Amino acid sequence: MVVDVTSSYLGQYASLALMLLVGVGFISVSLLANRFLRPATPGAAKLSAYECGVDAVEGDWARSQIRYYVYGYMYLLFAVEAIFLFPWILAFDLPGMLVRSAVEMGIFAALLALGLLYAWRKGVLRWV
Amino acid sequence: MLNTVTLAADIKAPSMNYEALAPMLIVFGAGCASVLVEAFAPRAARHIVQTVLTLVALIAGFVALLFVDRDGLKTAADAIAIDTTGLFLQGTILVLGLVSVLLIAERSLTPGGEFVAHAAVAPGSTDDKKLTASVYSQTEVFPLTLFAIAGMMLFVTANDLLVMFVALEVFSLPLYLLCGLARRRRLLSQEAALKYFLLGAFASAFFLYGVALMYGYAGAVDFASIHNAVQADRGDETLLLMGLAMLIIGLLFKAGLAPFHSWTPDVYQGAPTPVTAFMSACTKIAAFGGILRLLYVGFGELKDDWRPLLIGVAILTMLVGSILAVTQQDLKRLLAYSSIANAGFLLTGALAMNKEGVSSTLFYLVAYGFTTLGAFAVVMLVRDADGEATHLKRWAGLGRRSPIIAAVMTFFMLAFAGIPLTSGFTSKFAVFSAALAGDAVSPVIVGVIASMILAFPYLRLVVLMYVTEPGESGADVHVPGAFTSAALTLGVVATLLLGVAPQPLLDLAEQASQFVR
Repeated sequence: MVVDVTSSYLGQYASLALMLLVGVGFISVSLLANRFLRPATPGAAKLSAYECGVDAVEGDWARSQIRYYVYGYMYLLFAVEAIFLFPWILAFDLPGMLVRSAVEMGIFAALLALGLLYAWRKGVLRWV
Repeated sequence: MLNTVTLAADIKAPSMNYEALAPMLIVFGAGCASVLVEAFAPRAARHIVQTVLTLVALIAGFVALLFVDRDGLKTAADAIAIDTTGLFLQGTILVLGLVSVLLIAERSLTPGGEFVAHAAVAPGSTDDKKLTASVYSQTEVFPLTLFAIAGMMLFVTANDLLVMFVALEVFSLPLYLLCGLARRRRLLSQEAALKYFLLGAFASAFFLYGVALMYGYAGAVDFASIHNAVQADRGDETLLLMGLAMLIIGLLFKAGLAPFHSWTPDVYQGAPTPVTAFMSACTKIAAFGGILRLLYVGFGELKDDWRPLLIGVAILTMLVGSILAVTQQDLKRLLAYSSIANAGFLLTGALAMNKEGVSSTLFYLVAYGFTTLGAFAVVMLVRDADGEATHLKRWAGLGRRSPIIAAVMTFFMLAFAGIPLTSGFTSKFAVFSAALAGDAVSPVIVGVIASMILAFPYLRLVVLMYVTEPGESGADVHVPGAFTSAALTLGVVATLLLGVAPQPLLDLAEQASQFVR
């Protein structure tokens, strides 16, 4: 009797598991092959971290300005909310949906803008 | 391209019943308006404008609620169920939210009110000392409170798990922030906020994972489809039971039920007292509203699976809450453990699985909400130079120095202990008799024992106030301002009325115990 594994609930993930297995296998085999084929001549310059050709600054702990946090936060907010625009794109040119969808997306964007407005008034966007 | 067009053609705009959603929309809208006030109103005018705006919005929301059709309807693509239970819970949240806002708006007890002006200033720094001395206050608490109230209103009417999750986050996130805003003892307050946030995020993750598993089981997240799938017994039962367990864990956390109660004392103690009052009254209502809807509407068919387990949870909660309340030396922690035990009593009512179970739980939520708001209002009044004096020792001999406040607190303590002629007796009687009618005998027996244990810490406070000699370290009782007086009066009147003449509210709760699926 032939059992079709792809028909059971978790069986649907079998191809994904196979894909992961092949991927991990390919990377490990090629890295291992490299390790044995190449000559090993370590030096101070070779062992230092590569930073786009610029000399590496010392230490792996660095302080960053706390202000980046608020900027990063606001960016993330808008980046995530932009996803909600995609289903809207599908609906807005349907007959009779133009005004309605525009108004609804307007409300949505206005609510987002409200947050930005608040941040602006509270001086979050001032970089000093 | 063709494929997308056919997909798009299938999209139907959901119909919205704006009349039924009006109470929520008013409060959400007021929250947004409140943010604008915060951004543009001059600093001196903000407090008064925000207070008026918040109170008016809550009253307007309640008035709009009275006009909503009570036949039970589903709207917004069946994601929101406006039934009588939902309306009763929304009304309760609005009224008790209003009383909490009175406490939040109070500024006469300490210059600048109970909230820190700049939450980001490091506690103990020189800036912090300057800030404590100044009368400068902040009013961001008002939009946060409005969003929390609106989120709770959505939560108790959510008819699908995704909306329920979104509402859970909408009311939780403002609460995390509100907990960290105390003007005094700021480190304790920030610790409370962080603990509540981390454990709350953990609970949310459980809930969300439960939603995912439930989608795997039923192929849908709305309660009607889940109910049908359970009834037809299709799908993988492992997914169903694991998903249900995770959903329940998320809700047990929010309701402060053992073994997920451990955040409650720390958070109740550290948070500013008006916020503690708000949480102990309104968050409890929202959490139990969610539990009732989930268990009765979504998973009523499965009750043989979850009921024995939740009876165990109720018993454990009552015992943990009452026994640990006896050992407390801090009044806010004592009230926190008392709220844990009361959550156990509430769950006992909710597990009755009959109409009386729902109506008695609803009644209990109203009665307990008013009493606990009143008790925390009294806590706000007993102060020394460092703010509120919450250690029990400081309350010794209070009965001689301010007989009225001591009498009011005694009344609340008697109500908590469940003495007849107070709302505490009526509500406990209602949940226990409903549970007995529903064949849940063991939690009732434990509940009666727990009530007796709990009477000890309550009466000990009464003895402290009247019999014990005032020590050197007695605290002063401040004269309550207009807002606190109003909140206290409402608390006393409601606790008395619901004890002496509970029938009108019992009848209302009886009519309100009707879900739509």
